[in-house]
Amino acid sequence: MEVDVRVFATLRRYMPEQGIGEALRLDVQDGATLGRICDQLGIPRQEIKIVMQNGLQVDFDTPAEPDARIAYIPAVGGG
Amino acid sequence: MARKILRINMTDLSATYEDIPEKWAKWGGRGLTSAIIFDEVEPTCHPLGPNNKLVIAPGWVSGTPAAPSSGRTSFGAKSPLTGTIKESNSGGLSSQKIGKLGIAAIILEGQPKDGKWYSIFIDKDGVKFEDASDLLGKGMEEVDKVMWERYPHKPAVIGIGPVGERKLTNAGISVNDPENNPGRYAGRGGLGAVMGARGVKAIVVDDKGGPGVHIANPELFKQGRRKLTKAIQAHDLTKKNGGLNAYGTDVLMNIINEAGGLPTRNFSSGQFEGAAKISGEMIAEMVEKRKAGQTGHACHPGCIIQCSNVYPGPDGQIIASPVEYETAMALGSNCGIDDLDFVAQMTKYCNDLGMDTIEAGNTIAVAMEGGLLEFGDKEGALALFEEIAKGTPLGRILGQGVEATAKAFGLYRVPTVKGQSMPAYEPRAIKGIGVTYATSTMGADHTSGYTIAPEIAGVGGKVDPMSIEGKAELSLTFQAATAFIDSTGYCLFIAFPILDIPEGWEGMAESVAGVMGMDITGADVVPMGKEILRMERLFNERAGFTKEDDRLPEFMRTEPLPPHNTVWDVPDEVLDEVYAWVHE
Ligand code: SF4
Repeated sequence: MEVDVRVFATLRRYMPEQGIGEALRLDVQDGATLGRICDQLGIPRQEIKIVMQNGLQVDFDTPAEPDARIAYIPAVGGG
Repeated sequence: MARKILRINMTDLSATYEDIPEKWAKWGGRGLTSAIIFDEVEPTCHPLGPNNKLVIAPGWVSGTPAAPSSGRTSFGAKSPLTGTIKESNSGGLSSQKIGKLGIAAIILEGQPKDGKWYSIFIDKDGVKFEDASDLLGKGMEEVDKVMWERYPHKPAVIGIGPVGERKLTNAGISVNDPENNPGRYAGRGGLGAVMGARGVKAIVVDDKGGPGVHIANPELFKQGRRKLTKAIQAHDLTKKNGGLNAYGTDVLMNIINEAGGLPTRNFSSGQFEGAAKISGEMIAEMVEKRKAGQTGHACHPGCIIQCSNVYPGPDGQIIASPVEYETAMALGSNCGIDDLDFVAQMTKYCNDLGMDTIEAGNTIAVAMEGGLLEFGDKEGALALFEEIAKGTPLGRILGQGVEATAKAFGLYRVPTVKGQSMPAYEPRAIKGIGVTYATSTMGADHTSGYTIAPEIAGVGGKVDPMSIEGKAELSLTFQAATAFIDSTGYCLFIAFPILDIPEGWEGMAESVAGVMGMDITGADVVPMGKEILRMERLFNERAGFTKEDDRLPEFMRTEPLPPHNTVWDVPDEVLDEVYAWVHE
């Protein structure tokens, strides 16, 4: 199945080909967890603070849904 | 030397240095501005009339050597925008300089009998009143420039632009930054109009030769400062090249968009297709590409987080500083505008004319909904600032902010609480921040109880943004801790590291205890914050506010917000819990 993956801020260096906010269309194993997917992309888990799937916060153990919009986010804040 | 209160009376043009009375002696920053307003301002007075006062207070530790990121100034008054008490907090040069002159607070009261305008110069030798007629109608860029030419030692310049002179309710108070640009603002709540109503165009502060800040227990202060600095430097968000330093507050643009909570086209969607183009990552890219401007800029000397930026245009000329997340939301996504150059140009207008960027952008968004122009019309939006600059009737309406403009256009969808428009987090997608908007003593204000930290950023714990469970208590705790931090002079952004690193929290309290000689620890932060909230809440009650005012606009209860299609469903009883303790 395929998913869309986005990374932001300091994590962008792990997907340098993607423009800002641009998704990487990725073929993953059916039911792969979001942890597996970031491992596959070489993004160290300790640099990820928030994992989102379709706009909801989930965790590394959550299985990806087909066609999901997935985001890996480092420490952010502001206001 | 004990701190003094500097009372400046514009009716008889007098200035007196008073001993700080016992009842105010323990307060600084917001705690002090709110205590003074509570004691001295009639809650029912007209905010622009003779009985309102503008109080300016540096925080407890502002002006002490090497306390990190501690140059924040509190501006307090009864707000003409909300009718509530208000503390509006700014960076820039003012806090440390006022603190080093040994002044705990400046109380600006009265109104000139002759209707004239003045500027006020304060240094170690006292106060001078000067005729400001030559500065009338001038924007803050020029006022700052003139003041640095007129006075030596690169003084702090606190001033208002034409919008403040006209006493419009979206007038902010500008403070110059280290490069003498006017981008640091006590923006929210229309306090520029309160200053204008005192007949004061600018207050210039030179600390040269001042006595400095008295530190009661230097050892304790140093110990606290060290722990706090360590926490800031260790946390991923606030360390060098961390999220805030590298991308500024606008690092949130893509994230809040991802979470479906980004106010878009007058709060009709939580996601904006152009978010990436107005994000912090894009600001950093522009700075790099155009080889001009700066990220990691400090809004005052001694900030070690340095979240500010200087935004360059295509020709490498600086357009404005800073472009914040709030600004990029209000003038960007909320207007359907996805062009950072335009956002920056509108920011420049706001900084020069003397307006809050949040309220200004949200005002254009309601005008767009009212049919004045199309969402996304960036040229049209930019042109509206000329109307405001000239003070045309339309410009005056826009200068009044969202609520007045929405009335002028007959709108129902008005995203305000107590007259102040909502900042950059949609409460239908992030419930805790909605509780803060509804109940804060300030009207809709994110900084007054930033539950985004645990709801989105995973800082200070992790809670589900969509759930209602525990949100009253969460919001109250954040509101109380914030009232304390706003009193320290430290930037509120120290909250991120110290929520996660307990030694940092302790260090903050110890540094305050060291300066003030107070017997407090980290455990006193929330209770002392609640003391401040109590004064503010009681002021508002006496001004006529009740719990029925602690509500979000009706349309948010019935209109589902894409992409999650949720409504505002926090029951009134939950909102009423937040401040129930005030009368217990
Ligand atoms: S972190 Fe940002 S807003 Fe806070 S004091 Fe530093 S530069 Fe100013």
